[in-house]
Amino acid sequence: MRIHLTLPVLAAACTGLFGLAIGLALFYAPEDADQGLSQRIFYFHVPLALTAYACFGWGAWKALKYLRTRDERADLESYVAIHQGVIFGALTLLTGSIWARVSWGVWWSWGEDELVLFLVLFLFYCAYFMLRFSVDAGPARANMSAVYALFGVVLIPVSFLAIRLSKQFIHPVVFKLDGPQMTGSQFFTFCVCLAAMLTLFATLYAIELAGKRLDRSLRELKELLTA
Amino acid sequence: MTQSEKYTAAAYLVVFLGVLVYVVIIGSKLQRLQREVEQLVALVKEKRTDG
Repeated sequence: MRIHLTLPVLAAACTGLFGLAIGLALFYAPEDADQGLSQRIFYFHVPLALTAYACFGWGAWKALKYLRTRDERADLESYVAIHQGVIFGALTLLTGSIWARVSWGVWWSWGEDELVLFLVLFLFYCAYFMLRFSVDAGPARANMSAVYALFGVVLIPVSFLAIRLSKQFIHPVVFKLDGPQMTGSQFFTFCVCLAAMLTLFATLYAIELAGKRLDRSLRELKELLTA
Repeated sequence: MTQSEKYTAAAYLVVFLGVLVYVVIIGSKLQRLQREVEQLVALVKEKRTDG
């Protein structure tokens, strides 16, 4: 019942925020004097990366909850959050690669710590699925998945702070200790885009979770009927 | 259309297509669930007529 009520609200909020975010990013935010039009990729690229971190963090939180309570629902929630994180991570890499092509003239730079660490984080969570589906469903699989998800979350601050540790400083640093390095309108646009992306995650998470739960219930019902 | 415009449009398109592909996958899964529900309904009806 809760999902029935929250899902349409989330979907409506997501649609509204995305419409607003696209409008602001393309028509309201001033064009960057240095990078020009391609800087507008930032309004979706960075929120995608931050949402991927949020997904992995949420997945780790649910994994911790599973390890404490042994509640199967927490295991499923952790899995769905990590699945979403991998999708947002793939989109981050793709949009970042396009931005790199315009700004640096290359699709990828192995010398950039942040890029490589984000790729490592992404591949680490891709391997989560290999681990999960190599073991039969049950407590053993849930335990292994939960521990793996918790290990992965350690990579998030490393990936996030990598730009500060980087020696090359090719990748632009927008958020510094003294505040965001952008105008008020640019920062407002960025905040709306981030809100839209987080709402998209919440919506897709709720849809996928509802589908998985329905699938599980149907399997149980089928087993009961055919027994 | 300049190179910068092309790449910016491509980046936005990638995000849109990513979400679209996800929605299509979820849609196909929902169709499979719908078929399974229909099979279960048929199974229950069959059991009732047998009983």
